[in-house]
Amino acid sequence: MADQVLNVENLSIDIPLSGDILHAVDGISISVNKGETLCIVGESGCGKSLTSLAIMDLLPQKAVRTVDKLELNGSSILNYSDRQMSDVRGSKIGMIFQEPMTSLNPSFTVENQMVETLARHRNIRGKEAKKLAVQMLEKVGITPAKQRLKQYPHQLSGGLRQRVMIAMTLLCEPELIIADEPTTALDVTIQAQILELLTRLQADFNTGLILITHDLGVVAKSADRVAVMYAGQIVEEGSVYEIFDNPSHPYTRGLLSCIPVPGKIKRGEHLGSIPGMVPSLIGEFTECRFAGRWGDTLGKEEENIAHLVPIEGVDYAFLVHGTTDHVVRFCCNSCLKKSKSKISKGVN
Amino acid sequence: MITYALKRSILAILVALTVSMISFSLLYISSDPAIAMAGETASDADIEAIRELYGFDRPIVVQYWEWLKKAASGDLGKSYYFRTDVSHLIAERLPTTMTLGLCAIIFAIGLAVPLGVASAIRPNSIIDRVSLFLSVMGQALPSFWFALILIVLFSVNLRWLPVSGSDTWQHFVMPTIVLGYYAAPAIMRLTRTGMLEVLSTDYIRTARAKGLRPPVVLFKHALRNAIIPVVSLAAVQFGFMLGGSIVVETIFALHGAGFLAWESITRNDLPTVQGLILAFSLFYIILTLIADLINAWLDPRIRIG
Amino acid sequence: MTDLPQITSTSPISGVKSRVLRHKGMMIGSTIVVLVVLIAILAPLIAPHDPYHQDLLNRLKPPVWDSRGTWEHIFGTDHLGRDYLSRLIYGSRISLLIGIGAALISGIIGTFLGVMAGYFGGRVDMVVTFLITVRLSMPVVLVALAVVAIVGGSLQVVIGVLGLLLWDRFAVVMRSSTLQIRSMDYVTAARAVGCSTTRILMTEVMPNVVNNLIVIATLEIAHAIILEAALSFLGLGVQPPLPSWGLMVSEGKDMMLFEPWLITIPGVALFALVLSVNLLGDGMRDVTAPENRN
Repeated sequence: MADQVLNVENLSIDIPLSGDILHAVDGISISVNKGETLCIVGESGCGKSLTSLAIMDLLPQKAVRTVDKLELNGSSILNYSDRQMSDVRGSKIGMIFQEPMTSLNPSFTVENQMVETLARHRNIRGKEAKKLAVQMLEKVGITPAKQRLKQYPHQLSGGLRQRVMIAMTLLCEPELIIADEPTTALDVTIQAQILELLTRLQADFNTGLILITHDLGVVAKSADRVAVMYAGQIVEEGSVYEIFDNPSHPYTRGLLSCIPVPGKIKRGEHLGSIPGMVPSLIGEFTECRFAGRWGDTLGKEEENIAHLVPIEGVDYAFLVHGTTDHVVRFCCNSCLKKSKSKISKGVN
Repeated sequence: MITYALKRSILAILVALTVSMISFSLLYISSDPAIAMAGETASDADIEAIRELYGFDRPIVVQYWEWLKKAASGDLGKSYYFRTDVSHLIAERLPTTMTLGLCAIIFAIGLAVPLGVASAIRPNSIIDRVSLFLSVMGQALPSFWFALILIVLFSVNLRWLPVSGSDTWQHFVMPTIVLGYYAAPAIMRLTRTGMLEVLSTDYIRTARAKGLRPPVVLFKHALRNAIIPVVSLAAVQFGFMLGGSIVVETIFALHGAGFLAWESITRNDLPTVQGLILAFSLFYIILTLIADLINAWLDPRIRIG
Repeated sequence: MTDLPQITSTSPISGVKSRVLRHKGMMIGSTIVVLVVLIAILAPLIAPHDPYHQDLLNRLKPPVWDSRGTWEHIFGTDHLGRDYLSRLIYGSRISLLIGIGAALISGIIGTFLGVMAGYFGGRVDMVVTFLITVRLSMPVVLVALAVVAIVGGSLQVVIGVLGLLLWDRFAVVMRSSTLQIRSMDYVTAARAVGCSTTRILMTEVMPNVVNNLIVIATLEIAHAIILEAALSFLGLGVQPPLPSWGLMVSEGKDMMLFEPWLITIPGVALFALVLSVNLLGDGMRDVTAPENRN
């Protein structure tokens, strides 16, 4: 595709422990187009943040990355040297982190930290660099920008710092922005503002955006496409409408059942939950990662096995009888078998 | 910043006063200065006369106040042994000790900071192991013994350096190494841990994510923050070196304040000992005050509070 | 039922055990320390001669590895003809006694001040911090020398003086660890249910700072040993004829150019003991708090 900014195929991250291997990320593929927002959702520890660091080649030293394809604007950056990668970072791919309180260096002014990026990638220094920094701060809604430039991070609030981070990231007009939980550490009211700012600027600059979050509210507000990550794998991917209206993977259903939706959930009714724990990612899997965590993710009519019609050509997927769009998908054969027996018991 | 500096200075003055009180009482309570001054052949009447003459019969608080007033104007009394002003004696000897201390701290920092940084960048590498070895050695090596070994090695066997004295720069080489190596391990460890800690912070990740070159990340973004506690420690170590100078100067017969301390202690020259304790303490207090102010200035979180 | 993937875990004690065995420095350190302690305890049994017996006819006999040496005096004899090995063996008693004694006194002072400051905070903390600052600004060697010169040098005096001077690190570390523990939820909980201060200090705070305390105590033992040697070397510590290692170096230094073993033997002993006590202390810190490593 011509306007594809990033294409990652079959990315795995292994972290060797003493005597064993932690498979933090296991064979995931993602792609982002220009002007598109891809949300990666999943609970903590599922490998979302490592995925973003792997794209930047900023993984901790002991983590091992294996990937089949890593393309930026159609050209491979897989075999780039450290030097070449550092030319890409901050220039073509920008990154925004979760903790605005600690992501800026306490010893330098906002100006110093903004201008150094321009000097590094665009060879713009002095007055011109300062002018651009001021413009960018104004764009992210920081006023008075000139005074803020002279300030140190500790003089700014969390929301302001995150705005500075965004401004800093946008300075070199990257083609892709990776935002790793950019609003998690902020107050709820500030969260909405920052998110709005981020999506607006993304539209202005027509950049691709990977938004990593565990907050489905954030996803609903800003995503074009959604990738749901669970235990190091992407279990389901689709447009935001597909995922919210018709989730097929039981994990996605479980996640969605945990959100209180006004009008849908009746007073006194229990919110959903996903039973069990995320499996340990140390060592090899002998069975399905989602085994034992199905809970009540099947709907009422789906519990009747007679209502499920297998879909040709798609593994473990079924149409609910009488509908054309209601798909139930099981993660694997063993889960399917177990569920079938459970369902049939319910029928009997 | 000004409020901080003011508060910090008041603390320093209070500490100095307390130290002066301790050093005054330490020596005046534990022995009778009149007896010491009169000498061994003096009669009881002589001692009594001296006691009255110098005012040793007055209450201790009054004596302290008098002594403090004099000390504040630079008069630390007369040395029993050298028969000259103590302040004059100390002023005469201090430059040698300062030179030694300065050389030693520069040697220590020059050795410890690069090694500390290098071992933090590559933990468990050969350079990390070497610096760990050096620091473990440095902490266990008794300085007086190390000094003797150096003398045997470099002065006697190789004949490269003079054994003792304080006339030329060569005389300062071995004392500098002994004193500096003593202070290096602590600085090295702190640099290493500080650097390791800073390197794992979010803002270093940000700096990398901005595509900055490794030297910029290391020396601009990391070292600037890691060095802040090292400045304090270096000041503290410099202060401790004056204490250490007693041993080193005695062995190398370097005629500084440390050597003077040993001379006056072995000769029961109380006013000189007292003056030296006060001088060394004051030096330490001023040094740490300056270090804290530098720190405050280096750290914008304190500078612009 | 499905089987959840095995969650592997080791008990805290077996974890510490395996870390101890893998910690090379600690193994070496503790072996030597145990050895020196045994030598000190068994000194009368293993010393080949009386360490105070002078034999002026057999002065300055070189050790056995020298061509002039004999097995009669394995490490030779000193300037008064006393057996060097026996003096070295008895000297270990002095080093250990002073190290442990001084660390005990300073440990009690420093822990008391530090825990009070950390637990009560406010004015108490201000006073203790002030005391620590005052203590740090007094040069240890100079003050110790002066006091010993005034009071007179003896084992007890040296232990007392060092004990009164070395409490600063105890106070600093105990203060910060108490401060940390005080803010823990379980301490707040204990206070909320109305436990007395003494009870909280003894049952909640002390058990949690004791690891740090032991580590600091070990490192201060090494510090005291090395300071005693320096004082004795300057002639203002333990007095002759006691066989302090620092004193032995001092007595040998006049002849070190001709008989270098006179200073190398006690020097190496001192170095080895201090090194291994330090290794033991560092090792204990690494092992008990692996997360604080580096």
